[in-house]
Amino acid sequence: MITKRIIPCLDVKDGRVVKGVNFKSLSDVNDPVELASYYSDNGADELVFYDITASSEGRQLFTDILQRVASTVFIPLTVGGGINTVADFDRVLKSGADKVSVNSGAIRNPELIREAARLYGSQCVVISADIKRVDGVFRVFSKGGREETPLEAIEWIKRCVDMGAGEVVLNSIDTDGVKKGFDIEMLDAVCSAVNVPVIASGGAGCAKDFIDLFKKVPRVDAGLAASVFHFGEIAIPDLKAELRQNDIKVRI
Amino acid sequence: MIAIVDYGVGNLFSLRSSFKAIGADAVFTSDEKIIRDADRILLPGVGAFEDAADKLKTTGLGELLVNEVKKGKPLLGICLGMQLLFDKSYEFGCFDGLGLIPGDIVSFEGKIDPSLKIPEIGWNELRLNKESVLYKGFSGGEFVYFVHSYFADCESRFVSAFSEYDIDFPASVEYENVFGCQFHPEKSGKAGLKIIDNFCKAGFGL
Repeated sequence: MITKRIIPCLDVKDGRVVKGVNFKSLSDVNDPVELASYYSDNGADELVFYDITASSEGRQLFTDILQRVASTVFIPLTVGGGINTVADFDRVLKSGADKVSVNSGAIRNPELIREAARLYGSQCVVISADIKRVDGVFRVFSKGGREETPLEAIEWIKRCVDMGAGEVVLNSIDTDGVKKGFDIEMLDAVCSAVNVPVIASGGAGCAKDFIDLFKKVPRVDAGLAASVFHFGEIAIPDLKAELRQNDIKVRI
Repeated sequence: MIAIVDYGVGNLFSLRSSFKAIGADAVFTSDEKIIRDADRILLPGVGAFEDAADKLKTTGLGELLVNEVKKGKPLLGICLGMQLLFDKSYEFGCFDGLGLIPGDIVSFEGKIDPSLKIPEIGWNELRLNKESVLYKGFSGGEFVYFVHSYFADCESRFVSAFSEYDIDFPASVEYENVFGCQFHPEKSGKAGLKIIDNFCKAGFGL
């Protein structure tokens, strides 16, 4: 049977992984290539890279790094950040990305999803949504969660899937950074609305949060986190052993 | 030398990197002479069956592959490249494949628990079904990465390993000198690289 996936997320700015990383075994913990192979050798099922660079030099550096990562790491790579056009899809896919995640770019121009799915296939197109409760409504935020949009989250995600998005990354702004667990209610609502893989993001603080996630929302496919992995608070092999003890199927 | 058929279907970056990583002598090509000179062939592919089958037909590469296989040359198809080895596919219609392995390509739709997602995306386990050069050093239970909505409906004797997605489906197939993997070995970590390496190093009595 297909396994639940555990996905570390790396934010890359000007060629370096940002948010301090704390692995004693690595000589340069901010080197995306070194960190990617560390995760690949230590149980990660997939890697997500977010390019949070603003400059075009930084973007070129990111593309170079992606090529180096993709030449040494043989697990699926998803790339997000600054994806606004089909040319952006083309650039990162040619540099070794397997999937491309769009967020604000799709909010500005939803047709981007349709066009990218037509050109590269739905399996390449990931809709990433930052969602926060506003007056009891799941509201989509853009620009890295800074700007509220008029979009209702469930309708928006359904629309993206209808247009060809093959996977959903759901980031709850409400639980992000709080480390008290994933947003079960929000994930449940999204998983009931779409029939493509859903990746949960935001809120992981300990192994139990992943167990709760997969037990309480059986339809969720993957759990994504950044700092708890980077700081070594959760070691992926230990996490997977615990998931297995709880009868959750994972790849070891 | 292994010829990797470049017929404009899918992204070859990861395959290129895989062959570099294992140090195999691989050429990405659509040149008939190079394919004829190669001692083994790999047929990649991502996307829709009809489009890929059409490209193989109009370029003449399909006929070339069939002839090379008949001469005994080993051929490995990956993902859509595997599906193209079969007689027919029912993806958005009914289209002819290369007919190198008896069987058809059919959808998961209507055959599995409707709560399961289609495509199947993710890591699934191999259950070895017969001895295969691809799985030298494997004991079963290894995980490989799948992205697919269709699978090969064929006799069990052509299946080298099964995986389970509510039903058992062929993760890989094999018939004489023709091999196919439904999963992506180039995305399947160390196990995947080992499978590519096994194919590159197998003697095949060459």
